[in-house]
Amino acid sequence: MKTIRSLALLALAAASLAAGGARAAYPDRPITMIVPFAAGGPTDVVARIVGEHMSRTLGQQIVVENVAGAGGTTGITRASQAAPDGYTIMMGHMGTHGAAPAVYANLKYDPTKDFAPIGLAAGTPIVIVARKDFPAKDLKEFMAYVKANSTKLNEAHAGVGSVSFTTCTLLNDLLGAKPQRVVYRGTGPALNDLVGGQVDYMCDQIVNLVPQIEAGTIKAYAVALPERSPALPNVPTTKEGGLPEFQVSAWNAIFAPKGTKPDVVKRLNEALQKALADEGTRKRLLELGADLTNTAATTPEGLAKFVQQEVTRWRGVLTKAGVKAQEAK
Amino acid sequence: MGDLFSNLALGFSVAFSVENVFFAFVGCFVGTLVGVLPGVGPIATITMLLPVTFGLDPVGAIIMLAGIYYGAQYGGSTTAILVNIPGEVTAVVTTLDGHQMAKQGRAGVALGIAALGSFFAGCVATLVVAALGTPLTRVALLFGPAEYFSLMVAGLAFAVVLARGSVLKAIAMILAGVLLSTVGTDLETGEERMTFGWLPIADGLDFAVLAMGLFGFAEVLRNLEVTEHRDVVRAPIGRIYPTLADLRASIAPVLRGSVLGSALGILPGNGAVLGPFASYTVEKKLAKDPRRFGRGAIEGVAGPEAANNAGAQTSFIPLLTLGIPPNAVMALMVGAMTIHGIVPGPLVMTRNASLFWGLVASMWIGNLMLLVINLPLIGIWVRLVKVPYRLMYPAILVFSCIGLYSVNNQPSDVLLAAGFALAGYLLLKLDFEIAPLLLGFVLGRLMEENLRRALAIARGDPAVFVQRPVSAVLLAVAALVLVVAVLPAMRRRRDEVFAG
Repeated sequence: MKTIRSLALLALAAASLAAGGARAAYPDRPITMIVPFAAGGPTDVVARIVGEHMSRTLGQQIVVENVAGAGGTTGITRASQAAPDGYTIMMGHMGTHGAAPAVYANLKYDPTKDFAPIGLAAGTPIVIVARKDFPAKDLKEFMAYVKANSTKLNEAHAGVGSVSFTTCTLLNDLLGAKPQRVVYRGTGPALNDLVGGQVDYMCDQIVNLVPQIEAGTIKAYAVALPERSPALPNVPTTKEGGLPEFQVSAWNAIFAPKGTKPDVVKRLNEALQKALADEGTRKRLLELGADLTNTAATTPEGLAKFVQQEVTRWRGVLTKAGVKAQEAK
Repeated sequence: MGDLFSNLALGFSVAFSVENVFFAFVGCFVGTLVGVLPGVGPIATITMLLPVTFGLDPVGAIIMLAGIYYGAQYGGSTTAILVNIPGEVTAVVTTLDGHQMAKQGRAGVALGIAALGSFFAGCVATLVVAALGTPLTRVALLFGPAEYFSLMVAGLAFAVVLARGSVLKAIAMILAGVLLSTVGTDLETGEERMTFGWLPIADGLDFAVLAMGLFGFAEVLRNLEVTEHRDVVRAPIGRIYPTLADLRASIAPVLRGSVLGSALGILPGNGAVLGPFASYTVEKKLAKDPRRFGRGAIEGVAGPEAANNAGAQTSFIPLLTLGIPPNAVMALMVGAMTIHGIVPGPLVMTRNASLFWGLVASMWIGNLMLLVINLPLIGIWVRLVKVPYRLMYPAILVFSCIGLYSVNNQPSDVLLAAGFALAGYLLLKLDFEIAPLLLGFVLGRLMEENLRRALAIARGDPAVFVQRPVSAVLLAVAALVLVVAVLPAMRRRRDEVFAG
């Protein structure tokens, strides 16, 4: 069965190559995908799982290169300056292509102008979690408690510009809460202190949280998605819980540098679509709790529109919360 | 107890399958080889080899990656001893006496003791992980920001004891290290500090860059100027393997090192880095003649190496029992497990029992492998030191640059290391020691972050550090260590003054 499918894929690939005519077939050498975060993080895992399937379709290896730093903007800056030949692409992210313009004043790229969007790969939904003895049994009580006691509470996040920071900024804004925001270097240490009861609550990507929630070391109040996540079927959505405005997914999307030829973009998008349609790849992503519901943004045009929306949205949220764009000079 | 044995039996039945033993061997072997390349640490190695493991079954893949981790850790000590370049933070201490031993023609003995000490510590740590993993996790969770801050203060107090010469200079170097650690984006405000607007250091300086520049490159520069006495090359190789007397001198330090390393490794806040430093401090304080330290004392290699390896293993405890990675290498292991469909967490032990216990058992097997691989290699490494400088130094420089580049894929890192090499050379000439600076650098960032966190949670009340019992005890230890370290130095100073 598998061989038949891969044969069929091969035939398809050959056909599409033939359709390309006399031009040198793209790709004829390995493609570098810059992941602007450390290996092993949620974005890296999505990039590797999707990239592996895309490699099979494209007939060339997609090599992941991790260039971490400055909330992912270091890697994206470098990738945006690469030759637009389709051999350097990147896994952009809610932070690098959504929140970054509102956080970094000296950002060397414009998420809406300097890229050729390929398509959205997968998002990882945000979950609201609290220490296991937090005095609230559901989202309603949580909201009430946070509203009433917010200045006494400690909220953990992974640094200005990080997903946990931006999303909890939105949450605090919606609740009108002003907790003490305690900063950690990464969500791992923050989660550690949440498990240890040193801090009260945080917002984080589902991938990091599922094992803790299942083991009962922390409490989950809601998943910020329109529908329940298969990875946490017992945790209600924010819509069910009474906070429908809090809908956030830390999305990951593939971009190429501006000026990449439309046929290359098309070829990459086809490979991405095929990866996202593949049973095995889907299963692996869903097991991690990934969100594959935003299908509209899986096309280049859809992604372009989505990025525009996200930049506007986060600029609004972060400016209102008093996060000033930082000038490095 | 019965549980422990049946669990270990399960573990060994998994880990002793032919392919898993093979993976453990490959991991340790590759790890050792790559670890010996200066600058290429476990992180770079695991990142590079991650894609290779995609096709393997999860248990085998994790066992191999863990093997790479131990191997690279061990390989880092090899370069520390042979060429005075610590591959990892934890190998910094090994340079102090290990490289001195190499200069005296006792490189083989130093490497042998490091291997044997590590193996013994590894056995102890494996048992600790197997028997006490879960209860110890609860203890580790008692450590909040205030406790970590006090632990780091105690760590810096240890650093004063590391010093061979002037205490004043050592303190100056520690403070310089702390200062360097503050370079980069402020975590809380996102403001850049002391970066002069230069993007490559916006995230702070990298340990590998600093260590390679200040230690490795500076050492090369210093050796270039003393062409006449090429101490390393001239000295006879001497015995390759440790004598009975060496072993006897090392037993107690190895035991103490294993205990210290195991205990500190459990702390999720990267306590493992403190292990070797603490062990060195203890050995120096217990020694009849502390002046031998820094001049090739075998205890100064045996204890810290044992602590290093024990910590490397017990640092798996927070990962395996909590699912929270305590440091960058462990974060990478989480990624590797996730890609293989295993999300580490509190339930891994029951849900993936064969993986959990297989990994625990493979730790022991990995340690055995390291011994098997490294004891015969010692002869080769020692001969490597005899390679003429004109061949060896360019090779070290080239490999170091490759290693540095591979850490972050940033060319500017290599340039920075060159700058630090000049600084390191100057410091060497002025008789300042580098090790305390590196410890200050590593602990400085943790110390600052935890200080601010603790104060934020306490709403700015500094009393929190003495009100929390664990924190208060740690601060008391720090004060004690400082007094013990500084007093004799002051007395000596006075004696010198009076004698002069």
